[in-house]
Amino acid sequence: MNLEILAIVVGAYTLITAYLGWLGYKKTRTAADYLVGGREIHPVLMALAYGSTFISTSAIVGFGGAAALFGMGLLWLTALNIFFGIFIAFVVFGRRTRRIGAELDAHTFPELIGRRFNSRFIQGFAGLVVALLMPLYAAAVMIGGARFVEVQLKLDYSLALFIFAVVVAAYVFFGGLKGVIYTDAFQGGLMFVGMAILLVVTYMHLGGPSSHGALTDIASKVPPSLQAAGHRGWTAMPVFGSPLWWQLISTIVLGVGIGVLAQPQLVVRFMTVKSGKELYRALLPGSIFIFMMTGTAFLVGALTNLYFFQRVGKISLAMVADPVTKKPNIDKIIPAYIGDAFPDWFGYLFMVTLLAAAMSTLSGQFHAIGASIGRDFYQQALAKGKHQERTVPIAKLGIFFAFAATIVLGYNLDVGIVAIATALFFGMAAAAFLPCYVSALFWKRATRIGVTAGMLSGFSAWAFWVLFFHEKESAALKACAALFGKPSLVAGTDWAVVDPIVIALPISAIVTVVASLLTPPDVIKKVTKTEAEAELVAAGK
Amino acid sequence: MFGFGDLGVTLAYLLTLFSVVLSIVYAIRKWNAEEEMPAAHHPPEENLEFEDEV
Repeated sequence: MNLEILAIVVGAYTLITAYLGWLGYKKTRTAADYLVGGREIHPVLMALAYGSTFISTSAIVGFGGAAALFGMGLLWLTALNIFFGIFIAFVVFGRRTRRIGAELDAHTFPELIGRRFNSRFIQGFAGLVVALLMPLYAAAVMIGGARFVEVQLKLDYSLALFIFAVVVAAYVFFGGLKGVIYTDAFQGGLMFVGMAILLVVTYMHLGGPSSHGALTDIASKVPPSLQAAGHRGWTAMPVFGSPLWWQLISTIVLGVGIGVLAQPQLVVRFMTVKSGKELYRALLPGSIFIFMMTGTAFLVGALTNLYFFQRVGKISLAMVADPVTKKPNIDKIIPAYIGDAFPDWFGYLFMVTLLAAAMSTLSGQFHAIGASIGRDFYQQALAKGKHQERTVPIAKLGIFFAFAATIVLGYNLDVGIVAIATALFFGMAAAAFLPCYVSALFWKRATRIGVTAGMLSGFSAWAFWVLFFHEKESAALKACAALFGKPSLVAGTDWAVVDPIVIALPISAIVTVVASLLTPPDVIKKVTKTEAEAELVAAGK
Repeated sequence: MFGFGDLGVTLAYLLTLFSVVLSIVYAIRKWNAEEEMPAAHHPPEENLEFEDEV
């Protein structure tokens, strides 16, 4: 280990990040600055912040490791990430979100949907769900980063996890969304460079794109247990309808590919730019960024099998199997590959790339959790719009909560959990929020009662499926075993591998539509300024 | 094609490239597009009254 290079790389990164966090702090004067960056962020900064918040260590380490297991079928997720996560998100959803958000003076995603339907309940409930469940996703991101530090620096995993969370919580706490976006944009740039080098050097190692054919040729090396589950090699899709196919398509591709549209920490980015034109402009850097991030992670992840096979005659899973339990930890595949295939200096640069990926996503998550607690749950739902001045202090308390919850989960979640926990949160967001969000933007006939029913039914169906049907989670959570004496009510059938999003999202959408059509249209009342607005005006904001 | 083992992965690869190109071309074409007038759900001068409470 070259400590001098390591100290220079990490020191420079930390100083720049700290400076940008301080810059955000200096430019933050109002609640709008803290929550939506004053609605005047440059489109390139917004695109990089969106992309770097979207793509985390979870995408690079967790899903890269998943690609080493499932193969290049994960490229479907790259396609969906760019088409839905960037193109549809910016052009169709983003522009309306920005406009309606500005009209309604919404500062958070729950506030956008709550105000659109004149409902404190919607805002409070959505805020509470974000506050309680987003730490799971944040923990997945943090584990991804800490695992890399553990492998690369031989540092204690618990210590790595703790340092990560402290640094991020500090600059989100002080800098608000401006600090988050400035640091995200810098971190996004770093991530781009790191991943570009990773892609080019991997192809150089393995003989360019012809390495795809070489990877196809070692399909017979797939372990028999995976072949029995539907695996057909790392450059082919699993057998249609097999357990692996369901896991790849329903959990990983659909969960994240569709769930991205209703991610609170991403939706709020649309409200930070000045006009819809900025969102068109943001498409260009945004699409190239996501292509480089996920495309590289998934291609390289699958190709690690070829690299390890050529080098030591083993596939990636065998390289990261626990010596005692023999259970492979796929979260260690990308770190193991970098450690083996690249010189020290790149290991350090890539570690900083991952630090950037983790910190940019965590900062967005901590900010979203804090805002959900301070703005949505406390100030709007509990205090009924009063005490505007308490929003930011309570949001800061919420950041402490996010920090503590993430640390606790990070220490306790099972190995190889990164991709699964991420997909779980994305699926929940889609099931609970997507029909409501779509209705808020595009369907005037949607009613408050209709979207409330849809949101509650989507969330309940998701939770029910997670607790009692989807075996991966129901077995771990043990509620089904306690009540019914088995890990899943459908154990041993294909239903046990069908992701909750496949069930909960259609339920949520159908209930939203039917309940809206069965209830009278909402009447928008013309009223004088609310107390909260009056407070703002009185405070000169 | 591209050395992939089946059509499913090849399609995903092509769709990825298509999505990137689509985004870039669309961004360039709309670079200076003016924003359409808002279809106001709530006109700016109005404020909201919440219909429900928690």
